[in-house]
Amino acid sequence: MAMRTVRRAATRPGSLPASLASLAEKLLTPHGVDRYLELIDPMLVRSEIRGEVVALRRPTRDSITLTVRPSRAWRGFAAGQFVRVTVDIDGVRRTRCYSPAGSAHRGDELEFTVKAHEGGLVSRHLHERGHVGMVLGLSPADGTFALPEPRPESIVLIAGGSGITPVLSMLRTLVDERHPGEVSLLYYARTPDDVPYADELDELAARRGVRIHVRHTATDGHFNADHLRRVAPWFARATTYLCGPSSLMEAVRAHYADAGISEHLHTEEFAPPVLTVAASEAGGRIRFVRSGVDIVSDGRPLLEQAEDAGLSPEHGCRMGICFSCTQRKVSGVVRTAGGEESAEDDEEIQLCVTAAVGDVEIDC
Amino acid sequence: MTGLQDRLTPEQVEEFGREMDELRRRVVADLGAEDVEYIQNVIKTQRGLEVTGRALMYAGFFPPAWLAGVGALSLAKILDNMEIGHNVMHGQYDWTRDPALSSQRFEWDNVAPAENWRHSHNYIHHTYTNIVDKDRDVGYGILRIDPAQKWHPYYLGNPVYATLLAIFFQWGVMLHDLEVDRVLKGERKWSEFSEERRRIGRKMGRQIGKDYVLFPLLTGPLAPLTFAGNAAANLARNLWAFGIIFCGHFPADVESFSEEETERETRGQWYLRQILGSANITGGSLFHILSGNLSHQIEHHLFPDIPARRYPQIAGEVRAICEKYGLPYHTGPLHKQLWSVAKKIVKFALPGSGDREPEPATVERDRTPAAA
Repeated sequence: MAMRTVRRAATRPGSLPASLASLAEKLLTPHGVDRYLELIDPMLVRSEIRGEVVALRRPTRDSITLTVRPSRAWRGFAAGQFVRVTVDIDGVRRTRCYSPAGSAHRGDELEFTVKAHEGGLVSRHLHERGHVGMVLGLSPADGTFALPEPRPESIVLIAGGSGITPVLSMLRTLVDERHPGEVSLLYYARTPDDVPYADELDELAARRGVRIHVRHTATDGHFNADHLRRVAPWFARATTYLCGPSSLMEAVRAHYADAGISEHLHTEEFAPPVLTVAASEAGGRIRFVRSGVDIVSDGRPLLEQAEDAGLSPEHGCRMGICFSCTQRKVSGVVRTAGGEESAEDDEEIQLCVTAAVGDVEIDC
Repeated sequence: MTGLQDRLTPEQVEEFGREMDELRRRVVADLGAEDVEYIQNVIKTQRGLEVTGRALMYAGFFPPAWLAGVGALSLAKILDNMEIGHNVMHGQYDWTRDPALSSQRFEWDNVAPAENWRHSHNYIHHTYTNIVDKDRDVGYGILRIDPAQKWHPYYLGNPVYATLLAIFFQWGVMLHDLEVDRVLKGERKWSEFSEERRRIGRKMGRQIGKDYVLFPLLTGPLAPLTFAGNAAANLARNLWAFGIIFCGHFPADVESFSEEETERETRGQWYLRQILGSANITGGSLFHILSGNLSHQIEHHLFPDIPARRYPQIAGEVRAICEKYGLPYHTGPLHKQLWSVAKKIVKFALPGSGDREPEPATVERDRTPAAA
């Protein structure tokens, strides 16, 4: 396989006794120790988390796998969780959520596999500019899509496209734990060339209790009950973790609902849900109180409209997962991607998956 | 005398405003990696000078080392407050979304807490620029700097107050944010500022702690020299900041306004007031950086949230637009502007001089030595 792996020894910052660290903070007020350390080496920071790319390979034509060594403040992750990854693109910090694909038991190295999307700012940047030694900003791991403790005995993992990463992390974690129960993975990719972890999946499939079926949608078609029954005949008594494009998510959800076992299904959206309000409901005024900006709503999510109006609210996944863009809604009615409407005053809303219905005031 | 509103016809003001908006739009669209690289380099230089200054204090027994240390630390404090602090806190780099360059999070090496300063400076001063009784930077609440301020025997001390303010400028800024002058006059209550006072207490503790306790103690027997060195660096920054800031709005030709003439201002009229109420200082590029590019006070007041390194780049265009509309563009070298401010401070210490001087007819008012 045409894979190129480059490795470089990464330095681990030494530790400082707490009293010395506190004295250093007092001496270097108001900027703080990190703002000086990072000028020597960005990986030396103590309170923020950063990650240095120590290896990279290109498993498929349009994806890249980065092995990242996190700085000292990193506290590990639970299999299935995501991390907000920040890069500088033309002077602007851009943040996206990516799920580490490695085992949660190998916490000193994180593995991110990123598929380059058409027009995807961050994914394209990582593709074109990613290199060994590149330093990324990282958040602590977050998200409820994760293997619970104790582990369920029987586990079904269903993924499509780049949705493989969180469930692969689950699978690798379970294998590291020598999980005694059955684990099945049903994975959809368009063609054999679009499978980023082909070798690893073959290797994992050889483990006891693990069964993996890779389906190519170009030839095998999309999700159906038969695919599921073949890889996990016992799926009805298992706990299922699902991550992938919305069409796959909907099909699996419908199937589980029909079988009356929706409560066994845990999901993670990877593609942003489509959200716009009808033209008849758009046209209300959106007032961003703190910035003093007033706009007329065009029905799109509040985050996009805020950005178009020149505001730059903090944000992460842009699909309602990470809660980075949460702001206080002072008044007005909003609708979420799930279709729920809320008129409550002073409520916290996620700008990326919320649209205005009529006049809305946001403390942003 | 020409008032604010009758310099240009309403149509002209509108057209003038559109040209300014267009200029702004062009600069904003061009912001990118270069601007970030620039400010990061300034920050690196500032941190390097600071560390160098602190380190040289360990050789403070050797006078040239002590002097060099004071010099490095003074420059570090000046860069921190002017080109970095003032500009970052204006939101000039908020578009980068870098928390270390965020106007809401940045804190400067100054006893005035960033949050208090942002309110009195970004909001009060930049919104109500040179409107007597509204812009609290007109005379800083303690000086008489404008004929529209009513004379009182208190103002006989004008030159003394100005000198003290220059020496203790960072403390002056801190008290200014507390509106101490208005509290003393009974216009505002002490209790309204409990939040600000709490912040000041914390910030003061930290600033005094590092400059006057910890760093001196760390140099052992040299503690008194280090103490003096740090005080000297703070003094140098105070004098420099005072000088630059007073030259921004108080040289003789700069105009002030009344609340009535600025009511219901349009965007164009607001731009107009910023130009008439500000003055630039000429100098080399190092001088501009050390002034935090407040040497381009006019451009800064037009576009306070555009990265300051852009001001020298657009100054030519701003000046050309001013010429086109027959508007003054106040500028001159530092010593001339300072002299002009000093004369004003002395003049307004005395009663009278209540009438504004007749407006000079010239459109361009470069203060050349011959004209001064």
